[in-house]
Amino acid sequence: MRHGARVVALGDCAVCHTAKGGKPYAGGLALATPFGTIYTTNITPDPDTGIGTWSLEAFTRAMRRGISRDGHQLYPAFPYVHYTRMSDNDIAAAYAFLMERDPVSAKAPDNALIFPLNFRPLVAFWNVLFLREGPEAPDVSRDATWNRGRELVNGLGHCAACHTPLNPIGGEQWNKAFHGGVVDGWEAPPLNALASPPNPWTKPQLMAYLRTGISSHHGAAAGPMLPVTQELGTVPQEDVDAIATYLLSLQKPQARDLAQSDPAGADKASIQRGAVLFSAACAACHGDKSPMQSLGERPSLATSTAVHAATPRNTVQMMLEGVPWQGEQALHYMPPFAHTLNDRQVADIANYLRATYTNQPPWKDVVQAAADIRKGDQSR
Amino acid sequence: MIHLTVNGTDHALDIDPATPLLYALRDHLGLNGAKFGCGMGQCGACTVIVDNQPTFSCLTPVAALGQRAVRTIESLGTTDKPGRLQQAFIDQQAAQCGYCIAGMIMRAQSLLESNPHPTDAEILQHMEPNLCRCGTHMRILAAIRAASHAPTTSQAKPERKS
Repeated sequence: MRHGARVVALGDCAVCHTAKGGKPYAGGLALATPFGTIYTTNITPDPDTGIGTWSLEAFTRAMRRGISRDGHQLYPAFPYVHYTRMSDNDIAAAYAFLMERDPVSAKAPDNALIFPLNFRPLVAFWNVLFLREGPEAPDVSRDATWNRGRELVNGLGHCAACHTPLNPIGGEQWNKAFHGGVVDGWEAPPLNALASPPNPWTKPQLMAYLRTGISSHHGAAAGPMLPVTQELGTVPQEDVDAIATYLLSLQKPQARDLAQSDPAGADKASIQRGAVLFSAACAACHGDKSPMQSLGERPSLATSTAVHAATPRNTVQMMLEGVPWQGEQALHYMPPFAHTLNDRQVADIANYLRATYTNQPPWKDVVQAAADIRKGDQSR
Repeated sequence: MIHLTVNGTDHALDIDPATPLLYALRDHLGLNGAKFGCGMGQCGACTVIVDNQPTFSCLTPVAALGQRAVRTIESLGTTDKPGRLQQAFIDQQAAQCGYCIAGMIMRAQSLLESNPHPTDAEILQHMEPNLCRCGTHMRILAAIRAASHAPTTSQAKPERKS
């Protein structure tokens, strides 16, 4: 049972299969996709609305091939293209763990997908393109930790589901594996540039981030990554060691020199307005002399991944949404500013941060980006 | 010059544009209802209503407000004639030390304006950002619940006067 709990945590099952404020594993969370809204299903052992009547064989077929007990095709928002890489042992452990949960009677709302994708059998064609069934053979030239990491990253952890860009029909672009993607309005950063300047990750930093949701050298997990780090905080350290080992082996050679700031391209008036707004709205926590900067190894904006990123998306999103209270798991918190600051003000602060804390070139069209991101948030 | 519209009155203040709204309210307009608690948007003692949204005034730069209307607890009633929500807080004795209460009332006010008859779950979710160290949460909840059932006539939104 303990192994099952570990597998289910590594697979982030509860992250999607729990509605906000709902019972664990009872489903009902709305997933906004480019193709419409999908509601996650109830995976508690309730016989009528959950998976109580499922055999291990039926469960395994769903995990490996994306086919439900009654034979219908599951939508690939359920990451069976990754879970198919799991070992039989792990699948059986997850099954045993889920079957021991409290059954909850909860029927997921009907999906609202665009035509023709509301016709499930079409997924069979999609699977021909994107499903490569079964575990990967171990790479004997690598050690056991690396192989375990590959299994966790590509299989159970399904990292690529968010950190790889999708093609127009929702398949991962394998030639751009781990180049980064966008999920729930947040950028899932590239995982193949972790070792790149200006601020390369070390393995201890990466492990600490994955297990605690905060890195004193890179920033704090937010958006959909935050619950992932909360799950990884519950699994043995050796699993996170394996994940970090494998991820750091994926780093691409540095293609370009450090970009240099181009002061001529910077919007000086915007930066000036941003400085004023920053000192009233942000400096209480993010100012150089603030208690948050001098206590507890909180990350400085000067090493923030979001502020150094190629796009302003996560800097803007962090200002709009903040990081909600985590209850007992409170590690970090930031209030949302979506109602306090308008798009231009958000952009002014973003431009100020970019110019003040990085050597990177200014972002372009940040006001429009803020408007688009806000619109996306409101539609969720 | 910074222009603010507070409780229906326009003000022109010669202050640093980087001043937080809370300081402008307390130090320059004499509106001492909203309190400085943490100064980091973590406690809610400074909550006021900006364009119908509950807002941490300690983190709101006056330069960011533009034409947006600010309402503070002083707009809801007076000592002699408390507003509906204020009267409910008095009736339920919802204040212990009282430091958080102005913020609590303004956050609750924004809820009742958008949702006049909230469920307990809706009240709890809406009030979550505001903290009370004394532990009068049950009385605060009871006061909001009572106000939501009280007649609404005494609690009209203030008219803009300028």
